[in-house]
Amino acid sequence: MTIPPSLSTVGFWPACAMIAAIILLSTAGEVLTAAAMKSIGDLDDIRAISGMKGAIRAVVTCPLFFAGVSFLALAFFSLLFALNHLNLSLVAPASASLTLVTNAIAGKIFLKENVDRRRWTSAVLVCIGVYLLAH
Amino acid sequence: MAQHHLSPRQYLILGLVALCAPLGDSCLSRGMTHLPPIVLSHPLTLIPAVFTPWIALGIALLLAFFASYLTALSWADLTFVLPATAFGNVIVALFARFWLHEAISLERWAGIVLITIGVGFVANGPSLTERPGAAADLPAAAAQPQEEQLR
Repeated sequence: MTIPPSLSTVGFWPACAMIAAIILLSTAGEVLTAAAMKSIGDLDDIRAISGMKGAIRAVVTCPLFFAGVSFLALAFFSLLFALNHLNLSLVAPASASLTLVTNAIAGKIFLKENVDRRRWTSAVLVCIGVYLLAH
Repeated sequence: MAQHHLSPRQYLILGLVALCAPLGDSCLSRGMTHLPPIVLSHPLTLIPAVFTPWIALGIALLLAFFASYLTALSWADLTFVLPATAFGNVIVALFARFWLHEAISLERWAGIVLITIGVGFVANGPSLTERPGAAADLPAAAAQPQEEQLR
């Protein structure tokens, strides 16, 4: 199993590890952030009652939000690291499309979202679409 | 699951989510490819990279994405918001085709069609999973910061 030298300066398995790290870290970050925002409530309602400062305070005083942001920051630095070794046309489609599927699974398991047939179909169509578009 | 209809303002926020992410990623890619190789043994070399113009612009766009993304997540499910982020790739591809006159292969047109159908699929459904008691909790959460302000 090899990756064309035009797409990668490293071997197949290091490239897979870099992409897997981005996917796992961003999925953890997005699920934790979504859980934080759900626990805070509708930001538009909060802003209507207590203004922009109140909305910002509600977000930055939520510990779950910081856990999510920490994972997203790790995902961001792993993306920067991967872009330094792999071509964008490899990293972007692989990480973006697979993250959609892992998030749908994590959303159903951890956030108890109603991921019905419509959302699974959408996740799979968008996943294939992103791969084709960015490949 | 009850239907949750979005207001025009909420669609605008989803539009910002869609547009800012791919533009930010493109700026990061342009910035990172112009830097010397970064090795795992010296991860701190990533920090000065943050202050180069293309990467700084990319970060500014990603911050705008994150603010609108958080707002969207406060009134919609993660599995509803995420396909919207992918629609940004379609906007960028159409922008490249019709404004920059770049060629788009048959594969990419197929990708555009699939993403559009996928986003249309999820956008026609409910945006939020109904939870018993959630409606009663929300006003309490919203009122909390106001009560703190009055003290």
